[in-house]
Amino acid sequence: MAHAAEAHTEHGHDDHAHDHHEIGFWRKWVFTTDHKMIGIQYAVTGLAFLFFGFGLMMVMRWSIAHGSDALPGWCGTFLHAIFGDTVFDKAVDPNTKALVGYSLSTTGYNVFGAMHGTIMVFFGIVPVAFAGFANFVMPLQLGAIDMTFPRLNMASFWSFFISCVIMMWSFFVEGSAAKSGWTNYPPLAGVADQSHAVWLNGGTLWLLGMVFNITSSLLGAVNFITTFIQLRAPGMTWGRIPFFCWAQFITAYLLLLAFPPLESAAVMNLFDRVFGSSFFMPTGLVTNAVGTDGNPLLYSGGGSPILWQHLFWFLAHPEVYVLILPGIGMVTEIIACNSRKPIWGYKMMVGALFALAFLSFIVWAHHMYMTGMGPKVSAFFQTTTIIISIPSVILLTALLLSLWGGSLRFNTPMLFASAFLPMFGIGGLTGIPLAFNAVDLYMHDTYYIIAHFHYVVAPGTIFAIFAGVYHWYPKATGRMLSETLGKLHFWGSLIAINCLFMPMFMQGMGGMHRRWWDGGKGNYEATVAPWLHWNEKISTAAWALGLVQLIFVFNFCWSMFRGRKVPNDNPWDATTLEWDTPSPPPHGNFIKPIHVYRGPYEYSVPGADKDFTPQSEPPKDSHPPENKPPHA
Amino acid sequence: MEIPYTVRPRPDTGLANPKLGIWLFIASEVMLFGGLFAGYIFMRLGAEPWMWPHGWLNVPVGTFNTFILIASSVTVILAWESLKMRNFKAYKWWLFATWACGLAFLGVKLGVEWPAKFNHFGAYVKKEAAAKYEAYLGNEDATDEHGKVTEEGYRSRKGYPRLFISGHPKAWKDVTDPKVDKIVLSGVDEENHTPRSAEHDRAHFITRDPVHLHEGHEVVLDKKDLIYGYGPFYPKLNTYLACYFMITGLHGLHVLGGVIVFLFFWGPGAKLYKTNPEQLCNRIEVAGLFWHLVDLIWIFVFPIFYLL
Repeated sequence: MAHAAEAHTEHGHDDHAHDHHEIGFWRKWVFTTDHKMIGIQYAVTGLAFLFFGFGLMMVMRWSIAHGSDALPGWCGTFLHAIFGDTVFDKAVDPNTKALVGYSLSTTGYNVFGAMHGTIMVFFGIVPVAFAGFANFVMPLQLGAIDMTFPRLNMASFWSFFISCVIMMWSFFVEGSAAKSGWTNYPPLAGVADQSHAVWLNGGTLWLLGMVFNITSSLLGAVNFITTFIQLRAPGMTWGRIPFFCWAQFITAYLLLLAFPPLESAAVMNLFDRVFGSSFFMPTGLVTNAVGTDGNPLLYSGGGSPILWQHLFWFLAHPEVYVLILPGIGMVTEIIACNSRKPIWGYKMMVGALFALAFLSFIVWAHHMYMTGMGPKVSAFFQTTTIIISIPSVILLTALLLSLWGGSLRFNTPMLFASAFLPMFGIGGLTGIPLAFNAVDLYMHDTYYIIAHFHYVVAPGTIFAIFAGVYHWYPKATGRMLSETLGKLHFWGSLIAINCLFMPMFMQGMGGMHRRWWDGGKGNYEATVAPWLHWNEKISTAAWALGLVQLIFVFNFCWSMFRGRKVPNDNPWDATTLEWDTPSPPPHGNFIKPIHVYRGPYEYSVPGADKDFTPQSEPPKDSHPPENKPPHA
Repeated sequence: MEIPYTVRPRPDTGLANPKLGIWLFIASEVMLFGGLFAGYIFMRLGAEPWMWPHGWLNVPVGTFNTFILIASSVTVILAWESLKMRNFKAYKWWLFATWACGLAFLGVKLGVEWPAKFNHFGAYVKKEAAAKYEAYLGNEDATDEHGKVTEEGYRSRKGYPRLFISGHPKAWKDVTDPKVDKIVLSGVDEENHTPRSAEHDRAHFITRDPVHLHEGHEVVLDKKDLIYGYGPFYPKLNTYLACYFMITGLHGLHVLGGVIVFLFFWGPGAKLYKTNPEQLCNRIEVAGLFWHLVDLIWIFVFPIFYLL
């Protein structure tokens, strides 16, 4: 394979790839087909959504800690002015009956809960970790001039953008946004909001937004896979591809094959909501919801709510790996670079990715133990779920062993990347008990679940995202992020996020249910009394975490204009191809013909001049290849 | 800046970008329709026997549509082949035949099959009220010589509200207006009136000619006797129709997409022939692969809705 890749002559890039032709403002910044700009568009939109989703959660934490007390200061008035009466209730002084502020209503709590999950997963992490980073970094690491289908790439972003607009719009329609959880379980999701006069109500807009979002990731996935297979630079054989690209490649496959069933489920749910069909409406359903004509909602019946759960989790379990694999990819690059040592077990790690991807399609029903599926089916899904922990452990162990004996360089990206390992470990290991349906029956819908998956996604993937931002920011902007602010951001985040999620394990095991808007004070105080005092502490940690993120926002914006200029194009002394480009890379990426001679992680090779050997550096003892310049 | 391998295959992978891309897209489409067909299977298994109808679609018309879609799959290959042999004139004719077939398919779907559903009224009668309407329908097996439902005749319906009445309402306004509580049918489809036969134990069209009742013998349906969802043959009437409209609707959108692509390569897109015939050839091949997928999906849709 190596020879085949090196021998062929029809090669990618034009000689004039570095020619500068002027592109107008709109084509350069808005309707761009350049993979780097699209990556930045995705990442910035996604980061904005991450902060927005986090903000929703901070308001919910107030409600959990303080019930219907007025939100402090101007917050309540401000939020009420934006979101309106459905979402925010008036808080009244019990004695004087005077208006003292606003608090999140119970409906508002449902809205914020549903939208927090939706936004964080589909509009935050996937756009940043997958679409953003893969768009920016992957073609550079592969030595490609762009993605295979640049216009499709643009269509992907704008489809995503439309889905963002629809989701944000849904906050402002009558009855506010979707309120049936990010999983949108029917029959609740079929009847919620149906009493409002507008047929484009929160629940319907959620589904429409998801359809556009899914279309966007479908276009992106096709593009990433073809780029990975077709546009590798000469010499970039399968064994020389950086692990980050492998991770994104597998992620793209998951998106390609797992998302369409959710799209079909979304179409069915749209039919139920708009045309009154009964895909997810069982026979004899009686609710107190009323339709647009004022009559009680009735359905012909014959549908199955479980069908939605199957189709949803058939997507949403692979989606878990969509959330984590790009993170593992980024962390791998950063750990290799900053431990000055090759990754331990590169081939095994790639193999583990394939195993994960395959297994992730046959574990979905472990989210559905509570549906009464019976012991035989449960046993199957328990088994596959336990098996899938093996490749996950391989990945984590390989990364941990990669640190062994390295000369570790603890800059900000490395701090975040190394913190990723134990955090992801906690998240993963606490998931193992949940794989067993006997345990799950007790733990289901408690804060234990919340803590478990947030450890995987928040201090896991989001730390990896931060690591990636600190690592590749110099390449994207030509300036370094401030290290001092970065370290402040890291330590603040690490402490706050553990104070936030660690107590939730205890609360969950104590029986605290995850959907109590007042944190259990009202109706369940007797049941969970010993755990109630944690609510306020956890909330304080959440707000502290929010404050710490402001350091990052400031650092991100300030460094763009005032940050230290990169000392050279390879500030981290890394080996992969993206550091062979100018910072920021021009349209067409490489200003010299690119040829790959070695594996991705040649750090500290004995006998080499320096402790890193870029992939594009020819071997010392051989002549440059005889074949024509690769970009002819 | 030119993306490599847009036309010629990359030597070590043996693939050109568009072909790989369309196969991945097809894989994703298979998962999409897989989800929809999974929905169909779930609905059908979960449906009460009397709720899953049979013979509601016009098989000859469906067969005709199947035939023209398969024909268009052949013509698109001939178009591609003509292009490979650099016979531009033949290419234009075969591609014309392809999109014309696609349009004909959509025409039959939107002009004949769907409207037939929208012009019809259908309702399931509640179990407790079923006996009231047997007499109206002149059902000899269930009624005695005075037109009264016999004990035996009623028992043969096994207590299920198996009675399905469809036909032509005198005024559609009565159906849609929630304030009106009676619907008058002036013509009734002759269908599952005979409860004896297990074969016809579900809503089933025997003939498509409505039985025109004698004057003064209209069937008056009380809305409160009907199971919710009565009205035209819309998705809300039962889950069979919901599946039917969803799957044929999404399939129709795919046909429409294909037709638009072929129209483009037949019209303005054909100019590419002058500069890069091989690329045009690739594009037709890729579009043709998509078209075959659309055809293949129909090959599944036709039996599960029309025949089974």
